Amino acid sequence: MPKIESKNVHLHYGSFHALKGINMSIEKNTVCALIGPSGCGKSTFLRLFNRMNDLIDGVKIEGNCLIDGKDIYSKEVHIDDLRKRVGMVFQKPNPFPKTIFENVAFGLRVNGITHKTFIDERVERCLKQAALWEEVKDKLKKSAMELSGGQQQRLCIARALAIEPSVILMDEPASALDPISTSKIEELIYELKSQYTIIIVTHNMQQAGRVSDTTAFFYVGELVEFNSTKKIFTNPTDIRTQNYITGRFG
Amino acid sequence: MGISDRKKLAENLAFWTFRMLSFSVIALLFTILGFILYNGLSVISWDFITKMPEDGMTKGGIYPAIIGTLCLIGGSIIVAFPIGIMSGIYINEYTKKGFFRNFIQLMTANLSGIPSIVFGLFGMSLFVNQLGFGDSILAGSLTLGLLVLPIVIRTTEESLKAIDNSFRYASLALGASKLQTIARVTLPMALPNIITGLILSIGRVSGETAPILFTVAAYFLPKLPTSVFDQVMALPYHLYVISTSGTNITESRAMAYGTAVVLILIVLILNLVASALRKYLINKHKIN
Repeated sequence: MPKIESKNVHLHYGSFHALKGINMSIEKNTVCALIGPSGCGKSTFLRLFNRMNDLIDGVKIEGNCLIDGKDIYSKEVHIDDLRKRVGMVFQKPNPFPKTIFENVAFGLRVNGITHKTFIDERVERCLKQAALWEEVKDKLKKSAMELSGGQQQRLCIARALAIEPSVILMDEPASALDPISTSKIEELIYELKSQYTIIIVTHNMQQAGRVSDTTAFFYVGELVEFNSTKKIFTNPTDIRTQNYITGRFG
Repeated sequence: MGISDRKKLAENLAFWTFRMLSFSVIALLFTILGFILYNGLSVISWDFITKMPEDGMTKGGIYPAIIGTLCLIGGSIIVAFPIGIMSGIYINEYTKKGFFRNFIQLMTANLSGIPSIVFGLFGMSLFVNQLGFGDSILAGSLTLGLLVLPIVIRTTEESLKAIDNSFRYASLALGASKLQTIARVTLPMALPNIITGLILSIGRVSGETAPILFTVAAYFLPKLPTSVFDQVMALPYHLYVISTSGTNITESRAMAYGTAVVLILIVLILNLVASALRKYLINKHKIN
């Protein structure tokens, strides 16, 4: 059974048809890259899986989105529980104006966990997993706003890991970062793959090639091609995919 | 004269006009302050701020009026802030853009346009008579609270609006409910700016005379309140009384200026405290 599946998903923003019948399935412990020109629907598709599109007025969704074989849009699913299982990292680092510690602990606290040692251990483990521990271990009580952009983004990853999701959605997580921070994030994605299923939206072809196992190319709301990253980048089937990855448009 | 010379001349002319106008505003402010201080400082003493008024309010101090005004400031803030903050949260976080939100905003704006004497009459008929609170701190605080409610709603709404949605999304994406997001992320971030509303409210409440005229203010009451159902003297009303309808207006003239100085100082001190609180909150977590 695939970890994540979308079956004939259509999404409308008012009269705008943003996703047109997307069928896709993503295996457990793989990284799937979503590529395509701006406005092609890749970020919208990503946000289907933690139901962040629900926050936008006038969104209508048809079809089925499944995680572990269960429809996440069914009435039995509580949206807060879903978001606990599906973490998200945003394009712009957005730590809360709280301490570094409280940023990571936030997801635990809102989910009712109060045990101090438990929270301490979890915060430390997640900061280690996000390769940030060594840099911040002596200033956990300092404001997260004092960190550099790259550190902030790794903090946001640690924050997402703290609620122990099984899926992580990343919306251009490195687009606001310098090359060194970017490569750190990419290494991190590679590390995290063993425990999580990751979907990453990226505008950077090389990045998609480096970090992902499978790649999906979106164009004006359609899924043009979905295949192993190797196949997409060496021998794409569709001419539009080929044009896009070779930089002829986009 | 070439075009660039003319542009330069116009530039200088405009710059000097703006500068002079700004300076004249500042000069005006200092003239008023200087005038009041010049006339009032002579009566300011420890006795003046800690003694009861004596001899038909021509001698003694203004202690009960100071306490009264502080009670009314505190009381109206207790009334206005919880309601105002919750309304502001409701408007910005819960209503959708459109007719309903516009309607509430328009009504809030209208509320702030109502003359304060009308609030006074309303407070008298509802709180003093209908609800039977009598002339009391409670009735006065409720009336003044209503008066500053639009300020609190507006500043809460504006401070929440200024917070980038990415913070809300980050919180929701971690499984926090909307209420948790407001309580733990958005409201704490908005708090420093909401304090601006506090500062505006303090200034408004401490200076208003009309709303307290029929609801709380006592002409002469040389004792301190013991409960919220007691009447109190208040500085702006006391100022009015001893300047226009006291027992001896010429004799109490200096005391009137002294009262004005104390009123200005109270507002100034409370504003400084609020500003310090605002700075502290901003620095605590480096909210930009």
